[in-house]
Amino acid sequence: MMDFSLAAVLPQIFTGLVLGMIFVLLAIGLSLIFGLMTVVNFSHGALYMLGAYFTVFVLTYTRSFWLALVVAPILVGTLGLLVERFLIRRLYGRHPDDPLLLTFGLSLVLIETAKLIWGKVGLTLDPPRELSGAVNLGFMAFPAYRLFVIGVTVAVLIGLWAFVTRTNVGLIIRAGSRDPLMVRALGINLNRIWLLVFGIGCGLAGLAGALAGPMRGAYAEMGVTVVIESFVVVVVGGMGSLLGAVVAGIMIGQVVGITTFFAPKLAEIMVFVVMAVVLLVRPSGIFGEAGLAE
Amino acid sequence: MASITRRRFLAGTGVAAGAVAAQGWFPAVLRAQTDPFRIGCPLPLTGPFAALAADMQRGAQLAQDELNAKGGIMGRRVEVLFRDDQLKPAVGAQRTKELIENEKVQFIVGGLAAHVQMAINEQTKKSNVLFISTSQSDEISAKPDTSPITFHEALNPTITSRVMGKWTCDNLGKKWWIIYADYAWGKQNNQVLQETLKANGGTLLGSTPYPLGSAEFSAHLPKIQAAKPDVLMSVTPGADNIAFLKQARSFGMDKTMKLAQPLLWIAYLKEGGPELYQDVHGALNWYWELQDTIPTAKKFVEASMKKFNMPPGDYGAYSYSGVMEVARGVDLAKSTNAEAVANALRKSPTYDHFKGKQWWRACDNKSFQDMWIMKGRGPGKTKGEWGLADIVAKVAADEKYDRTCAEKGHA
Repeated sequence: MMDFSLAAVLPQIFTGLVLGMIFVLLAIGLSLIFGLMTVVNFSHGALYMLGAYFTVFVLTYTRSFWLALVVAPILVGTLGLLVERFLIRRLYGRHPDDPLLLTFGLSLVLIETAKLIWGKVGLTLDPPRELSGAVNLGFMAFPAYRLFVIGVTVAVLIGLWAFVTRTNVGLIIRAGSRDPLMVRALGINLNRIWLLVFGIGCGLAGLAGALAGPMRGAYAEMGVTVVIESFVVVVVGGMGSLLGAVVAGIMIGQVVGITTFFAPKLAEIMVFVVMAVVLLVRPSGIFGEAGLAE
Repeated sequence: MASITRRRFLAGTGVAAGAVAAQGWFPAVLRAQTDPFRIGCPLPLTGPFAALAADMQRGAQLAQDELNAKGGIMGRRVEVLFRDDQLKPAVGAQRTKELIENEKVQFIVGGLAAHVQMAINEQTKKSNVLFISTSQSDEISAKPDTSPITFHEALNPTITSRVMGKWTCDNLGKKWWIIYADYAWGKQNNQVLQETLKANGGTLLGSTPYPLGSAEFSAHLPKIQAAKPDVLMSVTPGADNIAFLKQARSFGMDKTMKLAQPLLWIAYLKEGGPELYQDVHGALNWYWELQDTIPTAKKFVEASMKKFNMPPGDYGAYSYSGVMEVARGVDLAKSTNAEAVANALRKSPTYDHFKGKQWWRACDNKSFQDMWIMKGRGPGKTKGEWGLADIVAKVAADEKYDRTCAEKGHA
């Protein structure tokens, strides 16, 4: 009865790839923030949710999805800058649990605020006309919008990679994550770098939400489970590793996709099984450095 | 202290005692008449069922207003207290307990998700409070979960899926794939749909569970696409319904198969829009356009338009009717005692608050009622803001659609 051929599994792999892309965008922001600042940003799911709502908001006023896709992540990123400057910054040098609790509290505030502003009932938004409908890929009909999501994510990843490896600021970010004290000793103001990194990380969460909105709709609790799965991705990939976030994000997307094909009931659990197995074999994650998370 | 004489002390005590008695004892009868008559209503006001819960809240408020305009229940002002059960059984149980113990409600009307409603029912049974469930469930009116003071106003998966399953076989096709939310209501529908399909000579190509409250269906879709069913039967309640239909359409599945579901919900038809629901078939317990032919429906729609500027939805109708039945039961029994009200309702089982004749079956306190098979109108064909679906067929209430009393464990 069950078809195990490549023709049957290939569409599944392709579908899983899109799931993976959203995970990658979320996890890379989390990992970037953690790697440099050792802040576990629990408000990431709420920022993802805001990304979707801001997209609806901009869309209603400008009628342009393309503008919304650019503006919404910037708005979320700006909110991230404010959060770092006025909340997180006060907690540097304290126990890592403190920013974790702060951002967790912040996520609750943001979720409730979203309910107050946009209501308890979710909003729906559609992909732009140009991207509605399905494209025939030969082996399956695949939504044009989902292909677009893959494209945007790949472009963002290339841009981010170039930024981190090819620019002076990127150099400081990498150095700062290795040894902040030494970087400071060289006369570099790390506070500004931290501000920037937190803003970029949050902006990426906003972008993930903006991209997910036309597929999943916007609702206040949309980030709650996604943030947990994204943490799984970060842990599997290795806390603080950007390459790890990309590889693990795609991997978890595939795990969900393929498990759904063979045993849909196990799809949710398998994500955590993978994490458990990876942690047993490599306690610091696939690309993680030992000791970073301690 | 020393200056107080024995006599004055005694006199003072007497006055104090009199005051206590006056407050707590003698005017008790008077107070009972001015105290509001409280009905508890736990609903999933947040989460994927929020739109339906809001509809139900409006329905119960309309009943409250209508009853108060007529002088309340037993001369007492009616007050419906809403609580958010967050779509979680434990929270539903806790809120119900608080409503009963702290707010002293004597009746509970509500519940929307099948699994939460079972938890509410456990609390009302324990506290001997009459519960009128407005959620779809097979178990709520069957042993061992039901009780003589548990009433079930809504349709149930057996009735809905037998009726909609048969109609789909006859009209849309006999090769199905079923996708269902993996919890009580979804599982019950899946089972009844499969039985109905088999009984009508159809073929099940596959059946997929997914976690309730999911917004991502894409991983399920390629397999269904490859199986090429005639009908994709989706048991995807609440906001899941919109996400599911959107994603199925984005994969182009609406072009290659018919989309059907045991139930439609007007609240989600409105939210999702006519394009999303075009030609999607499903059953409804009630639809506001019935006001053209049913007098009680007209009255109900008018009240809602006046207060909320929108017609009531299908689930709002359940909670409206549930609160009205509490009033009718108390009125008949001339008592607020749960058993007395339950007996009165069973003794005079027929009622009509919003959709024509309904009745309580004596063995299981299940309400039997007409239902309608609907089809999404599609863009350009909608009538006004809320005229979103066409009535395709009416299915008259009949006890044969549910399991028999014996099958449900009632001797």
